[in-house]
Amino acid sequence: METLNQPLVVTDLHKRYGGREVVAGISFALARGECFGLLGPNGAGKTTTLRCCLGLTGPDSGSISLVGEPIPARAREARARIGVVPQFDNLDPDFTAAENLLVFGRYFGIDDAAIRARIPRLLDFAGLSSKANAQIRELSGGMKRRLTLARALINDPDLLVLDEPTTGLDPQARHLIWERLQGLLAEGKTILLTTHFMEEAERLCHRLAIMDEGRIISEGTPQALIAEHIPVSPSPLRPSNLEDVFLKLTGHELRD
Amino acid sequence: MMEAAAHFAPPSLSWRAVSVWRRNFMVWRKFAIPSILGNLADPMIYMFGLGYGLGSLLPQALPAFGGGSYIAFLAAGTVCASTMNAASFEALYSAFARMHVQKSWDAIMNAPISLDDIVLGELLWTAAKAMLSGIAILIVIAVLGLTHSPLAFWAIPCVFLTGLAFAAPGLIVTALAPSYDFFMYYFTLFITPMMLLSGVFFPLEQLPTAFQAVAQVLPLTHAVALIRPLLFGQVPDMAWLHIAVLATITVVCYWIALGLIRRRLLS
Repeated sequence: METLNQPLVVTDLHKRYGGREVVAGISFALARGECFGLLGPNGAGKTTTLRCCLGLTGPDSGSISLVGEPIPARAREARARIGVVPQFDNLDPDFTAAENLLVFGRYFGIDDAAIRARIPRLLDFAGLSSKANAQIRELSGGMKRRLTLARALINDPDLLVLDEPTTGLDPQARHLIWERLQGLLAEGKTILLTTHFMEEAERLCHRLAIMDEGRIISEGTPQALIAEHIPVSPSPLRPSNLEDVFLKLTGHELRD
Repeated sequence: MMEAAAHFAPPSLSWRAVSVWRRNFMVWRKFAIPSILGNLADPMIYMFGLGYGLGSLLPQALPAFGGGSYIAFLAAGTVCASTMNAASFEALYSAFARMHVQKSWDAIMNAPISLDDIVLGELLWTAAKAMLSGIAILIVIAVLGLTHSPLAFWAIPCVFLTGLAFAAPGLIVTALAPSYDFFMYYFTLFITPMMLLSGVFFPLEQLPTAFQAVAQVLPLTHAVALIRPLLFGQVPDMAWLHIAVLATITVVCYWIALGLIRRRLLS
C-alpha cells in the first residue's frame, strides 16, 4: 500500500445548486497526522465540501483524491478507510449502543468476531462501557456524540471526517470530545473537521482554512492567521484571537 | 438535464446490499412474534368473517370458485392481498422512517455502501418480510385443510415475487413522500381498489369487461392468477406470463425508485 502522505487532496472544486455556486473553486490538502479545520459561517459551503469529498454528491468540476482514490469514481473503496461523524446524530434507534457498533462494522464487511473484539475498547474510549446495552434514546446528547465518534472508529480509519462535532453540546461534553480527539491525534490519526467554534479550531487544528461564500479566503496555522490579520488586539484587555480573525474576514452580518 | 440522466443511470448492484438486509432482519427478530401475529390478525378476520359468513350463503362447489368452498377460494386471495399489504406497509412507512426520520440511510452511506445497495437491500428485505407474512397465512390455510396439494409449496417463491412487485412501487412512493400523510393517497387510490379488482374476493369474470381489462395491468391480478391454482393443486395457466409481469414491474419500479431516491439524497 502506498504511504499516504496526503490522505485528502482537493483541487479547484466547484459545486452549484440551482443558480448558486455553493462551492466556488476551492483547493486544499491534508498532511498525514494533522488536524485540518474548515471554518466558516453557516452556508459557507463546508458541509457541501465534505459531501463532495466523501462521494455523496458529485462535484461540477475539480478533482478529489481521498486516501489515494479518485472521488467520486471510487468513493466506496475510499470510504472503507474513512470514519465519519456527521453533523446530526444518526445512530440507529432500533439498536442498543453496542449493537450500533456491531451493525455499523458489518457495513464495512468486517466479520462479527473481529467487530465484537473491538466493541469493548471503543465503548471504553467513548466512556460508555456501562451503557453497552442502553437504548439510544436513553443516552444524553454528549453520550450520543461520543458513541458516533466510536462508531466512526470501528474500521480503524486512516482519516476521520467530523462535521461540527461539538455543535449543541454543553461545555463539559465539548471538552470531553476535544480530549478524545487530541488523543486520536496523538495516536497519529488524521482529522478533517468543520466548525464555527473558534476555540475548537484553536485547540485542535494544526492548520485551518476560513471559508465564506464557497471560497477559501485565508489559510494557515491559527497563530499565523492571527498574526497576519489582527496584529494588534481590538481590546487592550486581551490578546487577539481567532474569533477576531473570523469576524474580520467574514463580516458581522447574520448568515441565517 | 445531465444531472437527471446521472440519477437514472443503471443501478450498480452488489452483495453489500446483504448487510442492509441483515440490519432490518436483526430489528425484526426482536419483535418477530408480535409482528407475525399482528400481520396475521387482519387478513384472518376478513378470511373467516367473509369466508364463513358470506360463504355459507353461497352454493357449495361453484365452478367460479374452482369447484371448492368459498373460503378456500378466498383464502388463496387473502395470501396475495396480505402479501401486498405487508410489502406496501414496509416499503412505505418503515422504509420512510429509516430514510427520512431516523436518517439510517445517511449513516450507512458513510460506510462503503452505496445508495444502490441500500435500496436493493430494502427491496429484498421488504419482499422477505412480506413472504414471512404470506407463509404465516399459508400455514393457517394448510392447518385448516383448505389446501392439500404439494404444489402449494410453489406458492412460497410466488409470494416472494409478489412481495418484490409491491416493494418496488412502494419505494417509488417513499422516494416522493414529503411526510407519512402522503401514503394515504397510495393506499386509497391504488392498494384498496386493487384488492377489489384483482380477483381476491370474487372471480375477475364477474366484473364488467372494462374493469377486467384494467385488472390485467394490476400486479395483484397476476399474483392471484399464479398463487390460487397452486393452492388448488393445479399448475397455473400462462404461469410464465404472470411471472414475467411481476418481475418486470419489480425491475422497472426499482430502477425508477432508485433514480428518485438518488435525486432526493445525493444532490
